[in-house]
Amino acid sequence: MKVRLLLLTLGLIVAASLVGPVVSPHTVSEVSTARLAPPSLHHLLGTDLHGRDLLTRLLYGGRISLLVGFVGASVSLFVGVTYGLIAGYWGGRADEAMMRLVDILYALPRIVLVIVLITLFDLKLKTLLDGTFLSSLAPHARLLLLFVGLGLVEWLTLARIVRTQVLSIKERPFVLSARLMGQSTPTILFRQILPQVFPIVLTYLTLALPAVILEESFLSFLGLGVQAPLASWGTLLADGAALLNPIETPWWCTLFPALLLTSTLLILNFLGDQLRQPQK
Amino acid sequence: MSPLVDIHHLSVHFPVKSGLLQRPTGVVKALDNVSLKIEKGSTLGLVGESGSGKTTLGRVIVRLVDPTAGSVSYQGERISALSGSSLRPYRKKIQMVFQDPYNSLNPRLRIGTILAEPLEIHFPRMSASDRSDRVSELLRLVGLDPTHARRFPHEFSGGQRQRIGIARALAVEPEFIICDEPVSALDVSVQAQIVNLLMDLQEKFNLTYLFIAHDLAVVEHVSDQIAVLEHGKLVEEGSSEQITTQPTHPYTQRLLASIPSID
Repeated sequence: MKVRLLLLTLGLIVAASLVGPVVSPHTVSEVSTARLAPPSLHHLLGTDLHGRDLLTRLLYGGRISLLVGFVGASVSLFVGVTYGLIAGYWGGRADEAMMRLVDILYALPRIVLVIVLITLFDLKLKTLLDGTFLSSLAPHARLLLLFVGLGLVEWLTLARIVRTQVLSIKERPFVLSARLMGQSTPTILFRQILPQVFPIVLTYLTLALPAVILEESFLSFLGLGVQAPLASWGTLLADGAALLNPIETPWWCTLFPALLLTSTLLILNFLGDQLRQPQK
Repeated sequence: MSPLVDIHHLSVHFPVKSGLLQRPTGVVKALDNVSLKIEKGSTLGLVGESGSGKTTLGRVIVRLVDPTAGSVSYQGERISALSGSSLRPYRKKIQMVFQDPYNSLNPRLRIGTILAEPLEIHFPRMSASDRSDRVSELLRLVGLDPTHARRFPHEFSGGQRQRIGIARALAVEPEFIICDEPVSALDVSVQAQIVNLLMDLQEKFNLTYLFIAHDLAVVEHVSDQIAVLEHGKLVEEGSSEQITTQPTHPYTQRLLASIPSID
C-alpha cells in the first residue's frame, strides 16, 4: 500500500515533468514584466527575476534532473554490475587487480573528479562533436559529460556489492551443476548468476538515482553542471538562493525547487527502503 | 577388463596463504596419493569425516578442481589432462548429485527449464516438444508429477528437490554419477526413499556410482566396494561386507563404532 502511494507520487512528478512544459500557457524562457511576482492564479508558483513562470521552469528542470539521474544511474548500473560479475566470477589475480583499482578510485574525491572531467573535456568534446554528424549534440557536450562522469563515479559501491555476491553464488551447487553440464561461461553468468543479484541491484538503483540527482544539483548549484538556457532543479535552486536578501525575500524561488528536489529524493529513498525489506 | 574409472596416485594440495602479502606458508593435502578403481555398474562408497577429502575427490573427477599430481582415467582416457571442448563428451557421461537440495536448483528458474538446460546443451537438435516430453519422462522417472515442470524450486520439499536434482543428472543419459552426500541433508524417512530411488535407477540404466557419505550405515546399504579416507589418505579399501564386518584400520573401526544403535 505504502509502495503504491510512493510509486504514484513519483509517477506524478515524472509525468508532470514530461507533459507540464508542453501544456503550460507559459514557455520556459518567456520573459515578462511580472518580475518576482508571488504565487497567484496566473503564475501558480510565482515568477523569477526575469518574470519567467517558476512552475513551468521547475517542470522543465525536472526533465533534465530526472534524465541525468536516470542515465547516470544506468551507466553506473551497467559498469558496476559488469565489473563485479567479472571480478567475482574469475577470482584470483584478475579479481585482486580489479578490486585494488576500485579501492584507489574510492580514495579519490569523486565530485572533484567529475569537476575535473567536465573542465578538461567540455570544450574538446564540443569541437569534436561539431565536426561530425552529431553536431546537433555539440551544445549539450557538458550534459553528456555529466551523464558519463556521474555514472562513472557511482559504480564503485555496486561493483563491490555484486562481486561479493558472485563470490558466494558461484560456489552454489546449481552453478557447479551448470558448469559440469558444460554450459558456457556467458550463459552461466546471465542465466544462473545475474538473476540472483538482481534484487540487490534493483535496491541499489533506488539509492543511486537520488544520489546522482543530488550530485547533479550540487554541480549545477556551483555553476559547473547544467548551463542556461537549460535548467535543472539544481540551477533553479541556485537562482533562488542568489535572490535571498534581508530586504526583500522572494521565498517561492527557493522553497519550491527545494521542496520538489527533496520530496523526489525522499520518495526514491523510501522506495529503496521498502525494497530492502524481506518480501512476504 | 579395465575399470570404468581409474584414479591413479591422485594428490590435490591447496596452498595456505597468510600475512599481509599473502605468501604461501604451507599446503593442505586435501588428497594425498589416492588410488582407486571403480568397475562399470558397481557402486563405490566413499566414507570419511568432514574434511577428509571425499568431496574434493568427486570434484577432481568432474574437473571442478585440478589435481596437483596423479591422474583420473575414464574408460582408459586420461580426463584429468583434457580441457575445453575435448572434455565435452565426458560432461555428458559423468554427472553429479549434490548434497544441499536447497541450493542445488536455481531458485529463479522453473523445474521444466532446469531439466531442459542439459538437454539443450547435449542434444541441440532435439525439438521443443521432444524436449518437454523428455522433461515429463524424467519427472516420472524420479517419482514426481509431470505437471510439476511449471513450478519453481521453492514449492518443493527437500526430498522432492533432491529428486529433481537426480532427474537433472539423468537428463543427459550419463553412465557414471557422483552422489556427493545425496541424503545427508534429508530426514531419515526421506533418506531411505532417495537411496532406494538411486538403487532402482542404477539397475534400470546400468549406472555406476561413486557414493560419498559420512554415514557408514547408508554407504553399507548401497555399496559394493567401500573406500575409507582420513585426512586425504586412503586408509582402507575393500568389499562392503569386509569393511563393515572386519575393519582392519583403527580409523574405520572408530567410524563403525560411531554409528548410533538402539540397544
